[in-house]
Amino acid sequence: MNSTWSRFNITSIALGFAFLYLPIVLLIVFSFNESKLVTVWGGFSTKWYVSLFHNQGLMDATWVTARVGVISATVATVLGTLAAITLTRYTRFRGRVLFSGMVFAPLVMPEVITGLSLLLLFVAVGLDRGFFTVTLAHITFTMCFVAVVVQSRLVSFDRSLEEAAMDLGAPPVKTFFQITLPVILPAIISGWMLAFTLSLDDLVIASFSSGPGATTLPMKIYSQVRLGVTPEINAACTILIAVVAVGVIIASIANKRREIQRQLDEQAAQRG
Amino acid sequence: MKSLGSIRRDFAPWNDPNAKPYIQFDKVTKKFGEFTAVNNLSLTIFEREFFALLGASGCGKSTLLRMLAGFEEPTAGRILLDGQDLRGIPPYKRPVNMMFQSYALFPHMTVEKNIAFGLKQEGMPGPDIERRVAEMLKLVKLEQFAKRKPHQLSGGQRQRVALARSVAKRPKVLLLDEPLGALDKKLREETQFELMDLQQELGLTFVVVTHDQEEAMTMADRIAIMDKGEVMQVATPAEIYEAPTSRFVAHFVGNVNMFEGRVAEHTANATRITGATGAQIVVDNGGNAAAGSDIVFAIRPEKIKVSSKKPADAVNALEGEVYDVAYLGDMTVFHIRLDDGQIVRASALNASRVTEDPLTWNDRAWVSFRPDAGVVLTR
Repeated sequence: MNSTWSRFNITSIALGFAFLYLPIVLLIVFSFNESKLVTVWGGFSTKWYVSLFHNQGLMDATWVTARVGVISATVATVLGTLAAITLTRYTRFRGRVLFSGMVFAPLVMPEVITGLSLLLLFVAVGLDRGFFTVTLAHITFTMCFVAVVVQSRLVSFDRSLEEAAMDLGAPPVKTFFQITLPVILPAIISGWMLAFTLSLDDLVIASFSSGPGATTLPMKIYSQVRLGVTPEINAACTILIAVVAVGVIIASIANKRREIQRQLDEQAAQRG
Repeated sequence: MKSLGSIRRDFAPWNDPNAKPYIQFDKVTKKFGEFTAVNNLSLTIFEREFFALLGASGCGKSTLLRMLAGFEEPTAGRILLDGQDLRGIPPYKRPVNMMFQSYALFPHMTVEKNIAFGLKQEGMPGPDIERRVAEMLKLVKLEQFAKRKPHQLSGGQRQRVALARSVAKRPKVLLLDEPLGALDKKLREETQFELMDLQQELGLTFVVVTHDQEEAMTMADRIAIMDKGEVMQVATPAEIYEAPTSRFVAHFVGNVNMFEGRVAEHTANATRITGATGAQIVVDNGGNAAAGSDIVFAIRPEKIKVSSKKPADAVNALEGEVYDVAYLGDMTVFHIRLDDGQIVRASALNASRVTEDPLTWNDRAWVSFRPDAGVVLTR
């Protein structure tokens, strides 16, 4: 295969990346803009970052988002893991196909519909909308993502590990906590992180299910942008991008190191 | 003294009518939905016995083992261990341990933690656990690997960890599910002898499931040959090989020549058989077959002598033509097409480097065998 840098290759790569990253680069650049006008460059400044931390509204929204994210991701992980275990382990019960379809349907359900139906439910049962209802809504829609991630791990889980533990004298509950859980833990953590990210990111469902005093960061940003984009929002987004990028980089470095360690281990095993 | 096979067995509780059975399968049936995995099976295993369940995949041997371990409950019948009915006792309360085919080592624990797992479950004090783990590591020669995780070990080492873990609790019975299935041939042969030594040393009862007849023949005191959920024959390796009681067993273990025929007559100490294609065979161990009944005469290739001339003193000699020859080094395999059309396989041990009576393709040849060389099978 020809792997030289032809002009065509370079152009396509440049265009492709520009398409993907130009908006984000613009956003980052203008977050350091001295001028209050978003599209006019007025010199370098970090003042918007300073003012960001004095913007009580944005800071409150960040705090709400973090709490909603942690609580909903944690509860969704527990429920999703239980659902995944049931669906992989008890394959013979009546209505299993229906049940698994119903667990996974929210994956493809339009968010507007999920949001609206939750809103109707909350109104119907007379639940005051606020922090509690947003969290509940996020648990509902992130749970199925956790179930998918954990289930795909459980499918390849060697059941004889559990049998071996029981054979050696561990009752079922002990077996679950000492063997099953540690082995599938990486998948559960991935599930948690996915749920947390989805919760951080969500605007539509939060808009439907939230109420006064529980404005999440995406909702706050969206409402501010409607009044005009301020460099402060750019700064907030830049921080978000930095956090996500650092997270991704750490995860991939850890992954790479594990991979290298595994190869070394295997070589060591070959040598005996 | 005459005996079947080449080994004299001093350990033979199955021949002692007063011996107390240790494990008893009593009319055990196991069904999975419509499928019957084990069908009304009865079997007795004695203490300190090395017992092998041998059969093709799907014959029910693994199900039998899993019922003993407690992972499956029999649909009908009882399983007794040392006189105690095992029904309803969960796997974690049974005094048996199992070595899994996949080894099932806990991937997140080191070798020593794996071995200590069972001891911890029974609440053994810490120092005792350490001592026992060290002892087990020494037993399987893995002392320097104590801190490694399973994925840092080779296949043979993993197998030994699995073994150490399953014997660490000193179970009454050790169950081994295809214990050597994942090892390469050379390692497998070494490990067979290691397992036998270990069993002697620990004085445990071993029940091993295998589809490898050589493995079963090498290690086991007795073998149960299974087919379609039923036991076809339970006997020592020598009896299984030299005195199979059915066509299935004769065919399943080793190579065999089968002559379809009918019992022509019984004389004082011999039985004359007329082959379906005309061959006349005289045997001295055909007393179990009624005169006039249809039978199969089965004879192993190495019991048949091949020569270019008819041996003068042979009771049974049949003429034919060399159809195929294969020189394998330690022995030579002949395929002789008899004049009645049947092909007979014979193997000759190359006990000397030169042979007096060389044969080649299409030579006329005689096959001969003693009257006690084969067996008469009625089923």
